[in-house]
Amino acid sequence: MRARRWLGERLVLAYGLGVLLYMVLPVLVVMLMSFNEPANRQSYTFDGFTWNNWLDICRPYQLCSSVVTSVEIALLATLVATTLGTLMAFAFVRHRFRGRGVATVAIFVPMASPEVVMGSSLLALFVAAGFGGVLGFWTILAAHVTFCLSFVVVTVKARLSGLDPYLEQAAMDLYANEWQTFWRVTFPMVFPGVLSAALLSFSLSFDDFIITNLNAGQTVTFPMFVWGAAQRGIPPQINVIGTIMFLVALILVGVGELGRRRGAR
Amino acid sequence: MTVVPGRSSPGGVTAPRGAPPPRGDVDDARRRRLLAYALLLPGALWLLVFFVAPTVTLVSTSLWDPSGSILYGYELTYHWLNYLDGVRDYGPQLWRSVGYAGTATLACVLLGYPLAYAIAFKAGGWKNVMLVLVIAPFFTSFLVRTLAWQMLLGDNGWAASVLRSLHLLGADGHLLATPFAVVTGLTYNFLPFMVLPLYASLEKMDPRLIEAGGDLYASPFTTFRKVTLPLSLPGLVAGTLLTFIPAAGDYINAELLGTPRTRMIGNEIQDLFSAGAYPEAAALSVTLMVVIVTLVAIYVRRTGTEDLV
Amino acid sequence: MAESDLVFKSVTKRFGSFVAVDGLNLTVPGGSFFALLGPSGCGKTTTLRMVAGLEEPTEGSIYLGDADITRLRPYRRPVNTVFQSYALFPHLSVFENVAFGLRRRGVADVDRQVRDMLALVELEPLGARRPGQLSGGQQQRVALARALINRPQVLLLDEPLGALDLKLRRQMQIELKRIQTDVGITFVHVTHDQEEAMTMADTIAVMNGGVIEQLGSPHELYEHPRTTFVSNFLGRANLVAARVVERDGGSIVVDVHGARLRAPASRAPSDPQELWVGVRPEKVFLGAADAEPGSAGDAANVLPGGVITDVSFSGVSTQYLARMPWGQELTVFAQNTGARPSFQTGDRVVLRWGEDHTFLLDAAQDASAGADPKGGV
Repeated sequence: MRARRWLGERLVLAYGLGVLLYMVLPVLVVMLMSFNEPANRQSYTFDGFTWNNWLDICRPYQLCSSVVTSVEIALLATLVATTLGTLMAFAFVRHRFRGRGVATVAIFVPMASPEVVMGSSLLALFVAAGFGGVLGFWTILAAHVTFCLSFVVVTVKARLSGLDPYLEQAAMDLYANEWQTFWRVTFPMVFPGVLSAALLSFSLSFDDFIITNLNAGQTVTFPMFVWGAAQRGIPPQINVIGTIMFLVALILVGVGELGRRRGAR
Repeated sequence: MTVVPGRSSPGGVTAPRGAPPPRGDVDDARRRRLLAYALLLPGALWLLVFFVAPTVTLVSTSLWDPSGSILYGYELTYHWLNYLDGVRDYGPQLWRSVGYAGTATLACVLLGYPLAYAIAFKAGGWKNVMLVLVIAPFFTSFLVRTLAWQMLLGDNGWAASVLRSLHLLGADGHLLATPFAVVTGLTYNFLPFMVLPLYASLEKMDPRLIEAGGDLYASPFTTFRKVTLPLSLPGLVAGTLLTFIPAAGDYINAELLGTPRTRMIGNEIQDLFSAGAYPEAAALSVTLMVVIVTLVAIYVRRTGTEDLV
Repeated sequence: MAESDLVFKSVTKRFGSFVAVDGLNLTVPGGSFFALLGPSGCGKTTTLRMVAGLEEPTEGSIYLGDADITRLRPYRRPVNTVFQSYALFPHLSVFENVAFGLRRRGVADVDRQVRDMLALVELEPLGARRPGQLSGGQQQRVALARALINRPQVLLLDEPLGALDLKLRRQMQIELKRIQTDVGITFVHVTHDQEEAMTMADTIAVMNGGVIEQLGSPHELYEHPRTTFVSNFLGRANLVAARVVERDGGSIVVDVHGARLRAPASRAPSDPQELWVGVRPEKVFLGAADAEPGSAGDAANVLPGGVITDVSFSGVSTQYLARMPWGQELTVFAQNTGARPSFQTGDRVVLRWGEDHTFLLDAAQDASAGADPKGGV
């Protein structure tokens, strides 16, 4: 009987760990395959160990340029989406205004639309507006900002509404005017939310394929490169990039967690 | 030292006990409302141009005459037949997409809920580590990870060999290029979108409620059904929507892990756009959107949570 | 240096149709420890916030000395607040929290002043810590230091001791009183705890439903309540329905179900016929029904015919409930001096108390107003 109880209590945790393993498994495969020396272009197995992929990352044509393009777009999209979204989040949480219902729907729908619908509607717009021939960097950027905006608003809103309103009142009671209150009290406290919104934006933008593909014209982003490679033959350097991204994400999220834990005390 | 307390308005309304007055800063309501609009304006404009306008354009594109082309332009002839043709030609893919997405969503619930529960209540000091492990793969290019699944599920791959040795898979059976592979890929890709909202909902729950359930003679399963599940409903609904909706429109998993017989509506829309058949593609897109919105509306109405954002 | 008076002139605050504060006229003497006492929802916190500038009056004005501060922004008022939840800035250290107001005003020599203030509240070694690392009592002292260091003309305290345990609360009550006496600033203390208000304040204003029911020293309010609400909210009171019979010199004689009682005429509400006669439970002597008056012989007011229905011994005193012939149960606290007779349930008793301890209240008022529904003190 005691054994059964012990098992029951651990069961959920064990199941959860199993699912977690399932989630991490492909990443492990990616990391493993980054050291692979494929026997031929169509190989799906681990043929031999090599450091070459890491040393010679940019060998496949367009791999590195596509990564650079993706990073550039992601940085810009993050900047614009985070700024616009943070402003909107403040409006939602701190102010009363009419049309709140409409605004909420307008924020939620882009988040919930299937990418293929969003991508195709943007394409329709660009074509109808006569930009059909100049699809590329800027159209991709516009598309990315659009779907990142909603995620930023939701993330910052969540952080902002958890903020003790008395803190700002205390600041004003202590001779800080509105501007000083914002910069010395409100912003430092909402910053972790803004930061995680920015990280989320960056990853959504960097990783986006469907919307990008529809609106890219001749420009090639990293996901598009991977897609093309899937047809042509997958260079192992792709897994190198994947591994690097995972490690960077681990570090960033880890640092973010530590910072949050320190700041919340 | 007594000062007579004054009462200038004998007709003043007395306070209803327990009605909390709204706490706020000094009220200059008008100024604050203008500031609100100013804050909303940039984002609202952006959404207007890059979301609302495209949606309108999509609908109007879907009504163009399909006999036009990029070269010679299109005519808006309110060609409703585009919709009928789309449903007729691609009906199977549409229902298949709903089916795959629904199955994947269900799988995500079955896999994701226990994980979220474990992290929220059973993880102890490992909570943050587990959360990081949920989030970090999400930042890795999911195309790359899907390719990894291609490897894992391939005929020479690890999973297939194991199953074959257990005689669960025929000697010439495959895992890849099957609906199973596609659904697995979808499930995998959208699992974080299910786990994170669920976790957020469960984390807010007071764990003593579970103890109270046990104290009141409920078995662990009954406690879960009657206490935990209803309280986690907002997270469950949010997670379901964030999983089902994008999954229904996905085509990457179908392309990389499936066959021509497992094509989803997303594949068709993408191909039609590539081929330049804008009106048909747009009509299909709108159809997909309508189907999703209808299903979502029914679902949300039944589960009853209105505030998702 | 004389501190300025804080004056409210016909101040009203409405939230939509709900009137939180109704035509308040009040003068808080400069340099005093002033308490706003009342139950939840009576408007005391709203009043405080209007002084701080965190709410704006719908009507009326507020003066600090000669200056009209009614519409001034909070950061322009020489007023500081200690919040109920302390509202310490979690992202700043204790030192920076306390220094916050000084830095915003561009004061020089911040370091020394902050250190002196931390010493005053006995938190010197904790300067580098974050608020989240402190105990409730320590946080409370940081909040106090943060406000005091700016030498405001008025210090506002919004139920600052509510979150502390009993022993700590008692300690802090003494501390706050001492600091106020030393520093000489006007303290306005909002609380629902009548014991706290009476312990600490020089003057108390009892608020109910947005208006002040009575204002005065703790002694005055306790011994001479002017409304049933005040008599029930501060301590306990026995209120019995009575009818005026006649005036006799400086006293009023009333009839209570056949018994004649006397009360000072100066305390009678204007020209009534029906009254509540009130007396505090601890002022009443119980005597056995058939015994001689004894030591309480000169107690003018006598109510015979009581029967003990409940006895509660609480160490310091014994609480008796005596049912009177007309059905009402009166409460008597008998101090455990060792020399007083004790009674048991069912004993027949006579209630006696002095004329001076009797108060008269308008019969139109609700006799249960302000009473604790649980029957506690």
